[in-house]
Amino acid sequence: MRIAVASGKGGTGKTTVAVSLALSLTTDGAPAGGARYPPLLIDCDVEAPDAHLFLRPTIEKTAAASVLVPAVDESRCTLCGLCADVCEYNALAVLGDEVLLFPELCHGCGSCSLVCPEGAISEGPRVVGRLEAGHAGELRFARGVLNVGEPMPVPVIRQLKAWARPQPGQLSLLDAPPGTSCPMVEVVRDADFVLLVTEPTPFGLHDLELAVEVVRELGLAAGVVINRDGIGDQGVDDLCASEDLPILLRIPFDRSVAEALARGETLIDVWPEYRDRLRELARGVTERVLVAGHG
Amino acid sequence: MSKIALTVAAPDLDAELDPRFGRAAFFLLIDPETLAWEGLANPAREARGGAGVQTAQFLAEHEADAVVSGDFGPNAQQALQTAGIAMYIYESCETAREALQRFRAGELPAVDSPRQRPGRGD
Repeated sequence: MRIAVASGKGGTGKTTVAVSLALSLTTDGAPAGGARYPPLLIDCDVEAPDAHLFLRPTIEKTAAASVLVPAVDESRCTLCGLCADVCEYNALAVLGDEVLLFPELCHGCGSCSLVCPEGAISEGPRVVGRLEAGHAGELRFARGVLNVGEPMPVPVIRQLKAWARPQPGQLSLLDAPPGTSCPMVEVVRDADFVLLVTEPTPFGLHDLELAVEVVRELGLAAGVVINRDGIGDQGVDDLCASEDLPILLRIPFDRSVAEALARGETLIDVWPEYRDRLRELARGVTERVLVAGHG
Repeated sequence: MSKIALTVAAPDLDAELDPRFGRAAFFLLIDPETLAWEGLANPAREARGGAGVQTAQFLAEHEADAVVSGDFGPNAQQALQTAGIAMYIYESCETAREALQRFRAGELPAVDSPRQRPGRGD
């Protein structure tokens, strides 16, 4: 089962929830809920991964993340321009007697090599980031890191998801990037459940509405975690009621939590009772997924 | 006949200049001798990425010899240079007519050495 932890707004507590939820399912010996394995936490926020700050994982293997970019064999190229015409992102241009390639604009779709009537275009990998996997205690951990200066996180996320495969029956928890654009969609698109972490403020509400639109469009099951509960207003509660979104957990606003997070501690370090609450949350989500699967 | 292209907000000689190259609203394609001009909507204005590259190809197809704009991104500079289209910055000019006069007087600075690093795109 895959649970994605997402939000519209950044800084709502996605990583706090994802890390603490993962740890709640690993500690004190046996994995919780009858699962055969402790969960796999995948930090998919490849532009700014931060789960490792709390987990301090041991990395056991790494791999390159790359995009396939074209190379043009000038001896076969007739400068017909079909490759440039088909490129949605203008990564190729035929100007004068040259084919110009702009690798950073290339999304790696391969259309140029498909349309080239001369077979002059081959594709080769261009490394744009790296993948890492290991463990933090019993917890399995993986993350992707987009190289500084690279504009496209989606290929790294896609490769990370394919590379960091869970064992059969192992729960994977995917910590998504903030926002509702392509990188977030790539993380949540095949999740069995999306936990939307928000805060009860007008800004949190606005971005939650966008995130809810995304999960509805993708036909995904979702529930809400309200972080910093007690600040702000009733807007998020009202939205959850009108959208029939379950509120699965409320984490009160408390300065001691912020201070602990700043020291690299987790929610369950500060409030040990949250281990049981998060296990309860996981149980609830699992039941919802199973019921939906049989319904 | 040589042709120069100006980035403009509307297809008119008295229109305001558009400071953007790749995402300019319109181009005025002008014969600087006769002042005959043609207004062209920029097909790359809403491009998902690489607008500067696409715009450079568009100007090459229209056989522009020079282009005047507010500035040029690194990818656009590389593409325009390869296409043999000279780049000029309109500086404090406000209208197309003003930029054209200063271009003809040789008063606009040329962009002659494209930046080293390729652009990031979007």
